[in-house]
Amino acid sequence: MIDLALSQNKEIFVLNLGPQHPATHGVLRVKLLMDGEYIVSAEPVLGYIHRMHEKMGENRTWAQFMPNTGRLDYLGALSYNHGYARVVERAAGIEVPERAEYLRVITVELNRIASHLLWFGAFVLDLGGFTPLLYAFDDREMILDLLESVTGARLTFCYFRFGGVYNDIDDNFVPGTRAFIKRLRKRMPEYHNLVTKNIIIIKRLRDVGPISAGMCRRYGATGPVARGSGINYDVRKNEPYSVYPEFDFDIPVYEDGDSMARYMVRMDEIEQSMRIVEQALDRLPDGPVMAEKVPKIIKPKPGDYYSVVEAARGTFGVRVVSDGTNTPYRLKLRSPTFSNLSLYGEAARGMLLADALALMGSLDLVIPEIDR
Amino acid sequence: MENLIAQFEAIPALAVKEADYPVRGYHLEVTVAPEAVVAAAEVMDVAGYTLEAITGIDWLGEEARRREAGVKARNAAAVKAAKEAEEEPPEPETADLSGITEEMEVVYDYTHYDHLFRVMVRCRVARDNPGLPSIHQVFAGADWHEKETHDFFGIVFSGNPDLVPFILPEDADYHPLLKDFST
Repeated sequence: MIDLALSQNKEIFVLNLGPQHPATHGVLRVKLLMDGEYIVSAEPVLGYIHRMHEKMGENRTWAQFMPNTGRLDYLGALSYNHGYARVVERAAGIEVPERAEYLRVITVELNRIASHLLWFGAFVLDLGGFTPLLYAFDDREMILDLLESVTGARLTFCYFRFGGVYNDIDDNFVPGTRAFIKRLRKRMPEYHNLVTKNIIIIKRLRDVGPISAGMCRRYGATGPVARGSGINYDVRKNEPYSVYPEFDFDIPVYEDGDSMARYMVRMDEIEQSMRIVEQALDRLPDGPVMAEKVPKIIKPKPGDYYSVVEAARGTFGVRVVSDGTNTPYRLKLRSPTFSNLSLYGEAARGMLLADALALMGSLDLVIPEIDR
Repeated sequence: MENLIAQFEAIPALAVKEADYPVRGYHLEVTVAPEAVVAAAEVMDVAGYTLEAITGIDWLGEEARRREAGVKARNAAAVKAAKEAEEEPPEPETADLSGITEEMEVVYDYTHYDHLFRVMVRCRVARDNPGLPSIHQVFAGADWHEKETHDFFGIVFSGNPDLVPFILPEDADYHPLLKDFST
């Protein structure tokens, strides 16, 4: 990199994007080699908020690690709760009552909508549109109020327990959620009129930042990034878990692979999540929200266990190795954005800097989850 | 799937084992020698799989624990047998902990976008000088996962373009996920 920058015949310079930069949404640094406005090479530099969650997992009990999972992806924390609860339930052979699984799906999907809404606002903000952020936060606020009444938290959720969830919903939750969905259904066409059909947005996103299906596979990209490149892969359908098979919903897939495709995937997913929540509310069974005989001290049989869930940003996987004691021997967190960001260097090469920022926004990065 | 198993056995793999998916969360467990990880990655690549993650496991003290458990069981059996025969219990045996080669393990998780089949490739390396070839030529995404595993365990992936501290600070000379690491 330095050799190129020092060469006399080319006007190539190094540009540090971040670690403190509004477009990186957190402390991500990208080392860019620029030829004027064009990117010669882009190299993300990670680790500014690395906390070594995997080591923390090795020195606390299985249950004590649950709050950590809410601090990986703080915008979609409930999916991470779900992923960890599932792998431990698999390892320890704990059954979850049906009502608890329904509540898990309802809260996870509401959380997914909240995450996508925040992404929507922040993404358009990156592109220079300020107003949609305020609209999106207004809607997201209602979800956070609903989730707060159930989980007690607004951001770093720790709602799931091995064998269920810790709290049942109150009387206001079901009508409140229905009212919210009714409201958001009205708002989505407004968003599409205001933003999606906006000529500036279209010019900034269409045919910009193409990511091919082959590139997704080589880098292990998942979630809306892969689905925007024509890969029909969603853990909820491909590896059904919880009570997802009982619901009728679609997986939005766009073939183009540009930033617009990733934008459209997420916007369509909001509608699909609303469909899941509605069906779950209609069919919400009665019963306990916690399994009855969950041991106080969990000691899974020795061996490897792996489990994945579909988080708002892609496949979140947890691999645990148990040695039969009350603490994990090894706990690996496979975060989706880590793999999704790893293709950025290749995808951004040769792009205009402003377009590369749009590409970065379309990847929907959450830095604490990349660094872990 | 039979096709995959045959291809892994042709690498050759040390062991190819079908796993109980509902319990374990993966379908196939393949154990290979360090020099065969690239061949295993190529099998996965040709079959259209994608690399989900690479990670390490430190097995420090595993062999010693295994031997001690064996000796403990033998001692208990000897005491029980002596009691039944109404004899003096024999002198308890102590575990021989010499000649142990400590090991680490690298785990590769592969999955397929179109059909549900998870393959886990595992590879044991010596702990005092852990090293194996990089697979970033096959799966470009492996680059970052290998860097992370190098950070956390000190495992050297030869052929990785730039194996410097990645998630840890740039002057980090420690590997926090080693079992004998303490601050």
